[in-house]
Amino acid sequence: MKAFNKNNIIQIIILVAIIIIGNVLVSVGIIDSYIELNIVLIGINIILAVSLNLIVGFTGLFSLGHAAFMSIGAYTSAVLTRNFNSPFIFAILMSGLVASLAGILIGIPTLRLKGDYLAIATLGFGEIVRVLALNNDYIGGAIGFNDIPQYTNWNYTFIMVVLTVVLISNFVKSSHGRACISIRENEIASEAMGINTTFYKVLAFAIGAFFAGIAGSLYANYFYFIKPDSFGFMKSIDILVMVVFGGLGSIPGSIIGALSLTVISTLLQSIPDLRMVIYAVILFLIMLFRPQGIMGDTEFRLLNKKEVKHNVSSKGK
Amino acid sequence: MLELKDLNVYYGAIHALKGLNLNINPGEIVSLIGANGAGKSTTLRTISGLEKSKSGYILLDGMKINSVPAPDIVKLGLSHVPEGRRIFPQMSIMENLEMGAYTRKDKEGINKDYNKVFELFPILEERKQQLAGTLSGGEQQMLAIGRGLMSKPKLLLLDEPSMGLAPIIVNEIFSVIKNINEDGTTVLLVEQNANMALKLSDRAYIIRNGEIELEGKSEELLNNEKVRKAYLEG
Repeated sequence: MKAFNKNNIIQIIILVAIIIIGNVLVSVGIIDSYIELNIVLIGINIILAVSLNLIVGFTGLFSLGHAAFMSIGAYTSAVLTRNFNSPFIFAILMSGLVASLAGILIGIPTLRLKGDYLAIATLGFGEIVRVLALNNDYIGGAIGFNDIPQYTNWNYTFIMVVLTVVLISNFVKSSHGRACISIRENEIASEAMGINTTFYKVLAFAIGAFFAGIAGSLYANYFYFIKPDSFGFMKSIDILVMVVFGGLGSIPGSIIGALSLTVISTLLQSIPDLRMVIYAVILFLIMLFRPQGIMGDTEFRLLNKKEVKHNVSSKGK
Repeated sequence: MLELKDLNVYYGAIHALKGLNLNINPGEIVSLIGANGAGKSTTLRTISGLEKSKSGYILLDGMKINSVPAPDIVKLGLSHVPEGRRIFPQMSIMENLEMGAYTRKDKEGINKDYNKVFELFPILEERKQQLAGTLSGGEQQMLAIGRGLMSKPKLLLLDEPSMGLAPIIVNEIFSVIKNINEDGTTVLLVEQNANMALKLSDRAYIIRNGEIELEGKSEELLNNEKVRKAYLEG
C-alpha cells in the first residue's frame, strides 16, 4: 500500500519517539506543571489555528465565530465527563461531532453570504452561543462550569495536534481540498467548473468546527473550570490573529503562528503593564514587514517532495 | 441541441431577458451580439444555471434544464467560459486544467484532453507549472478556454473571449475557436466585437434590451444596413 512507504514509516517512528520522550520528561520532572500548562495551551491553539485556516485561509470564508465552536466542544466534553462519567476519548469525539453539527446548522443559511457579511453573521453566531451558555443553568450559566475532571495531558494533546495537522493537510491536498481552494480563488469560475460550492463551503465549515470542538474538549478537561466569557469574541480574534500572523493558507504557518504567539504572550506575563502594548507592536511590525504572514502560503516540503513549489513572491497580493 | 423558448429573467425589479427565443443546432457556431447591458451575459449565465429564470424553457437535447443546479449542468455536457476569464490565479496552469476536469472520472480521457488543450495552445504546455495569475491577459483567456474544454463539453459557452485583448491575440483565439468547432464542439459565442464574431459564426442573434432584435445567417447580417450602422461602423 502507498500509505506505508519509507517516508511515512520514518515519520511515524519520529512521532512515537516524541510521545515517549515527552512521557519520560514528564515523569522525570523536567516538564513541570507550569511547562505542561504551556504545552497544552500551545497544542490547543495549534488545533484552533489550523482548523480556522481551513475555513479562512483555504476556503476563503471570513469567519469570526471560531471560539463558539470551541465553546460548544468544551461544554459538551464537560457535561459528558462530569455528569455522565464517560471516557475522555468518547467525550473528545462527541465534542467534535456536536461542534461540527453546529457548524453545518449555522453554515447552511449563512454561507451564501460573502466577505464582510459572512464575518458579521459568524460574529452574531458567536454571541448567540455565548449568551445561550450564560443563560443555561444546567451548564452553570454565568458562574461557569466547575469540577471538570482533568484528563488532558501530554499524550492527548500531542496526539490530537498530530491528528488535526495530518488530517487537515491531507484534506487540503485532496481533490475536495482543491475544490475548496478554487472557491477562494474564484467562486463563480468554480461553480462554472461544476463544483458544488455550497456543499464544499459547508464541508470546510463542518471540518473546521469539528477540530475546534476537539480543542474545546482538551481545554475544558485541562482547566477544571470553563465559563462562557472565555469563548467570546476576543478568543475568536486571537485565533484569527494566529492564522494571519502565520500566513493564510499555510498549515506550517498556522502552527508557527499559534506557537510563537502563545509563547510571546506567556513570556510577557512577567511585565503585565506593558504586555498588551508589546504584543500589539509585535503584530504591527510583522504585518508591516511581512503582510503575507510569516510563512506566506508555503506547505510542508518534507511531506510532498514531488510537487514543484510555486514562487511565493510572484503572488499578486 | 439547445433551445431557449420565451425565457424571462429578472434581477429584482429589472426585467433583464424579455421572452428570449434562441436555437442552436449541433455543430454550429452561433454568436450573440449586443451592446453593454443588452443581456448577453445574463443569457449565458441563465443557460449554465448561475441565474434562475422566472419563466420559459431552456431545453438541452429536448430536456428542460431550467432548474438543474449548475454543477449538474456541467455534467450534461455544457461548459461555460465566464466573462473576464476568471481563472484561479494562485493555482498553476496544470491545476487550473485539473479543476476544469473536476466532474470527470475517466483518467485516460482526461490525459488525452490535456494533450488536446496543449495542442490548441502550445504556450500553456510551456508554462504548465507557472501560476495562472502571472500569465498575460491573452494567455489567461487561452487558459480559461482550455479549462472549459476539460469538462469535454458538447456545447461550449464563450462569454466575450476578446475582452481587453490586442487584435492580434483576438485573431489567434478566434482561429482556435474555429478549430474547436471543427473538432465537433458546438459553440455559443457572446461578443461585443460584432465584426469578428459575425465573420467567425454560422448564424447570429442580435440582442437589445433583453429582446432578440434580429437573427439570421452571419454573412447576411454582416451586409445588413441596420446592423452595419448600429454595430459595425464607428
